[in-house]
Amino acid sequence: MTAMDAYNFAYLDEETKRMIRRALLKAVAIPGYQVPFASREMPMPYGWGTGGVQVTAACLMADDVLKVIDQGADDTTNAVSIRRFFQRTADVAVTEETEAATIIQTRHRIPEAALREGQIMVFQVPIPEPLRFLEPRETETRRMHALADYGLMQVKLYEDIARHGEIATAYAYPVRVEGRYVMDPSPIPKFDNPKLNDSPALMLFGAGREQRIYALPPYTQVESLDFDDHPFVASKADHACDICGATESYLDEVITDDQGGRMFVCSDTAFCRSRQGDAA
Amino acid sequence: MNPLFTVRDLEKRYGTRIGCTDVSFDLWPGEVMGIVGESGSGKSTLLSCLAGHMPPDRGEVHFDGRDVLAMSEPERRFLARTEWAFVHQNPRDGLRMAVSAGGNVGERLMAVGARHYGDIRETATDWLGRVEIAADRIDDRPSAFSGGMQQRLQIARNLVTGPRLVFMDEPTGGLDVSVQARLLDLLRGLVRRLGLSAIIVTHDLAVVRLLADRLMVMKGGRVVETGLTDQVLDDPQHPYTQLLVSSVLQV
Repeated sequence: MTAMDAYNFAYLDEETKRMIRRALLKAVAIPGYQVPFASREMPMPYGWGTGGVQVTAACLMADDVLKVIDQGADDTTNAVSIRRFFQRTADVAVTEETEAATIIQTRHRIPEAALREGQIMVFQVPIPEPLRFLEPRETETRRMHALADYGLMQVKLYEDIARHGEIATAYAYPVRVEGRYVMDPSPIPKFDNPKLNDSPALMLFGAGREQRIYALPPYTQVESLDFDDHPFVASKADHACDICGATESYLDEVITDDQGGRMFVCSDTAFCRSRQGDAA
Repeated sequence: MNPLFTVRDLEKRYGTRIGCTDVSFDLWPGEVMGIVGESGSGKSTLLSCLAGHMPPDRGEVHFDGRDVLAMSEPERRFLARTEWAFVHQNPRDGLRMAVSAGGNVGERLMAVGARHYGDIRETATDWLGRVEIAADRIDDRPSAFSGGMQQRLQIARNLVTGPRLVFMDEPTGGLDVSVQARLLDLLRGLVRRLGLSAIIVTHDLAVVRLLADRLMVMKGGRVVETGLTDQVLDDPQHPYTQLLVSSVLQV
């Protein structure tokens, strides 16, 4: 018996995939709305991307090319283990190149390379509810979404400015979708927020532990919340990449020793490598 | 002139027990009405029904010609944060304790669409001044405030959108006497200056003597006596009101 025969295609059974696809269809039909779904137990712990893995499993076809990134990198534990998981259970082709991939599962980043039509981005989401830390009651946050009662979200940004002099929220920066639902774009840095707007790719968000799926269909209007006199700024470290020299990509700060040594490198490893190739 | 707020035959039951029943009154613009009665007399039930926190079983409530009970929830919520205000007995119920004083005052503004930080902050500072909270406390959280300050902050937060009708549930409950006096003085000033209509629920007759134009005395869920405040307090007709007035402690 080969490894493939030991599993149903992409691990999940067909009924489960069907259930997830129905949730996905509803999510695409109502951009930004959190659709509940019956999240399954996956062979990995919560927090490792069980929501994203289920969404990917439900979308994956035999001819898909899969890319998995974690904090922008293709070679970190989380990315490697999920990529291997689908190689083993679905036998799909994998890649590290953003342009070559048809499905990209991601944690905390949107790749630097421009996405194109036909691609699917799958985000792993820890806490899908943008209002959760302001209003702990689920019944109340649901009602607030239903009534588009979003003054409270603005209060959070007000508090940021009052305390730090600017909007200090740097990741999971709340967005408003098509002027209706306020959505948590998963913990991507706010640098990536503009990439959500009017994107040609389909964006799917899966939260396994919280059992929610939401989506942005291609070319959806996504607007980051802000104040008239404190507009949204897609910030990044004010530096160039120490490896490839890129100034327009999102950077990670890497501590290199205990003498205060540090370097800034592209968080998107595939992007950085492609630039090094160009330079050589 | 038309009444601002009209209530007809309001009834709320908890199972077979009566919460309040047969309540009818008109409230005119700029008028302050007190509702007094002992614990369990249905005052708070009545106030919750009036303010839309609880649906009554029977009756009609009109605000400025609009049927409040027939409104959709978004409409009622909008009304509740623009033209209405609700001051809770415990400031913890009416404030966000984890949000700074400025944010608390600004929330209602932001909820109705204010998106200019500088303007929101200026308005918040102005309102803190009006309720006698120093401007340099604007970034402190209510948990760092005294009970009296919290209550004043709650009042500022409620009045910032310029409501026309204020519901107050025991606004001075739980405060010591000197703080109470100061708060009452402040409230009286604000209500008179802004020309607000208000419905004040309390068991403290001194509060209504000071603030209310008119009085409604409740017992067992029913209104037993109504009239001008001084008239009811100085010449109570119903035996229960007589008891209530005579049981006030004299110092």
